[in-house]
Amino acid sequence: MNALSVRGLTKTYSNGVQALRGVDLEVERGDFFALLGPNGAGKTTLIGIITSLVNKTAGEARVFGYDIDRELEAAKACIGIVPQELNFNMFETPFTIVVNQAGFYGIPRAVARERAEKYLKQLQLWDRRKSISRGLSGGMKRRLMIARALMHEPRLLILDEPTAGVDIEIRRSMWEFLREINGRGTTIILTTHYLEEAETLCRNIAIINGGRIVERDRMSSLLRRLHVQTFVLNLRDSLTAAPQLEGYVATLVDDHTLEIEVSKEENLNEIFARLSALGIEVLSMRNKVNRLEEIFMRLVEGRGAPGEGAHGEAAAAQPGSAGAAPLQAGAPR
Amino acid sequence: MSSVAQAAAPPVNLNVVRWIGFQTIVIREYGRIIRIWGQTIVPSVVTATLYFVIFGSLIGRRVGVMGGFDYKQYIAPGLIMMSVITNSYGNVVASFFGAKFGKHVEEMLVSPLPNWVIVAGYATGGVVRGLLVGAAVTVVSLLFTHLQVQHVLVILAAGLLTALIFALGGFLNALFAKNFDQVNWIPTFILTPLTYFGGVFYSITLLPPWAQQLSYVNPILHMVNAFRFGFLGVSDVNIGIAFALMAAAAAALFAAAVALMNRGTGIRE
Repeated sequence: MNALSVRGLTKTYSNGVQALRGVDLEVERGDFFALLGPNGAGKTTLIGIITSLVNKTAGEARVFGYDIDRELEAAKACIGIVPQELNFNMFETPFTIVVNQAGFYGIPRAVARERAEKYLKQLQLWDRRKSISRGLSGGMKRRLMIARALMHEPRLLILDEPTAGVDIEIRRSMWEFLREINGRGTTIILTTHYLEEAETLCRNIAIINGGRIVERDRMSSLLRRLHVQTFVLNLRDSLTAAPQLEGYVATLVDDHTLEIEVSKEENLNEIFARLSALGIEVLSMRNKVNRLEEIFMRLVEGRGAPGEGAHGEAAAAQPGSAGAAPLQAGAPR
Repeated sequence: MSSVAQAAAPPVNLNVVRWIGFQTIVIREYGRIIRIWGQTIVPSVVTATLYFVIFGSLIGRRVGVMGGFDYKQYIAPGLIMMSVITNSYGNVVASFFGAKFGKHVEEMLVSPLPNWVIVAGYATGGVVRGLLVGAAVTVVSLLFTHLQVQHVLVILAAGLLTALIFALGGFLNALFAKNFDQVNWIPTFILTPLTYFGGVFYSITLLPPWAQQLSYVNPILHMVNAFRFGFLGVSDVNIGIAFALMAAAAAALFAAAVALMNRGTGIRE
């Protein structure tokens, strides 16, 4: 039984906006799953339907086998949600907020107080437990929402951009915390605009665009399918024009910076050899964007699924197609 | 962030979830009432004191006897009921609309609590405030007049049903309200006139026949008179009909609130 199973989910808002156009998605239990997409792609609507904050137009969704139409209470008991927007009472204390949240899930008050201590300590909020929440920093507010979502120890934790606006140190400590939770069996679905975050944490990924799933694969498989990368070279001497490098696309960004697109099959020694032959000295080199970002941009801009046809790993769906065939997350492909 | 959370099975006994969830909402509402007591309890006590001083002691002396009782005695049940009405309504409309506005209503909407538990929890919170303030105003009234008690169960039942009806009314107002103006609109333009024309300060026998007939349409008249009957043993309306109307109104409002929540009116798109 999957943690999440979604079939033919559609949503048309009262203003006519079609946010979801037949989404099929399977998330295996125990997975750390990335749901990515540009703003307005339908991520939050999809999460809203699963958590019953949004009424669906058609389709079905099951959480650990519980149908959200027929067994909504049982389905919701399995889910912990960390929403994108802050949605706790700013005039209450963190301790009160998390204890009350546990109560809404049927956790007795005495147990809730123990858990509040546990999770507020784990998320480094214990010292601020009696502060009015409005006075917490942005990072603390985000962590408070994670602590709140964990109070009933959900089997499925949905995180909608949990690290937005959080500094890198706290973000990395949150990553570690989420990894540990996942390691103990909690299924996690993560949406984020930090693609490095998704690449670092998640084993499986779906990309949604225009209300459709346009890609669905194991993270490692997807990254392998990226057959072109762009490198940014920092040059010692200035150039007035991009050098002619046969077989490569080179662009002069400024007089000391050169961008070169390199196919996955080509080795970098060849490029350096050619640049050396032209008397161009390279001081340093970096990827223009991370690998997942490259894939993401290609998919949402409709430039074709990476590696399409090149490595025999067909994408689950083509960009702009009418919904992707659902694939089993975590299943070896 | 070194320890970890254990994945756990969902609560299997949904009745336990509902009961604890209901208690949690009521505790939270009670906490809110007490935390901001200067806004929730004190204003009605001050207002009731002013009514007793001005209408009871100053003007009331000229009015003399009303319904066979000293005017202060006559208006005391009405003033208590007026505070119950405004506070039970005001508590729920402010708290639930505040939860919508601040989005923390989502804490409950994503939880396994069914909508009828959420409605019941908020309504109970409103009843608690209505009765708390009603009790405080009762104490104030004792400073000005002697309150006899003829039928204690009638007093309790009328107070409870009235608080419940207006708590549920406040919930419906909060569901439909899209801004703070709409939160204030009904109390100002509907609730206050109905209360003032609901026999708080006078017996409808003072009115011309057509106005008396019109007054019977006002539900607050029945509530105030049922409550007054419990104290003084006199009423302008049939007590049996008054309680039947109150019970029916409470049931209808509860059903409407749950149905609207199930549809997602005002809370879901």
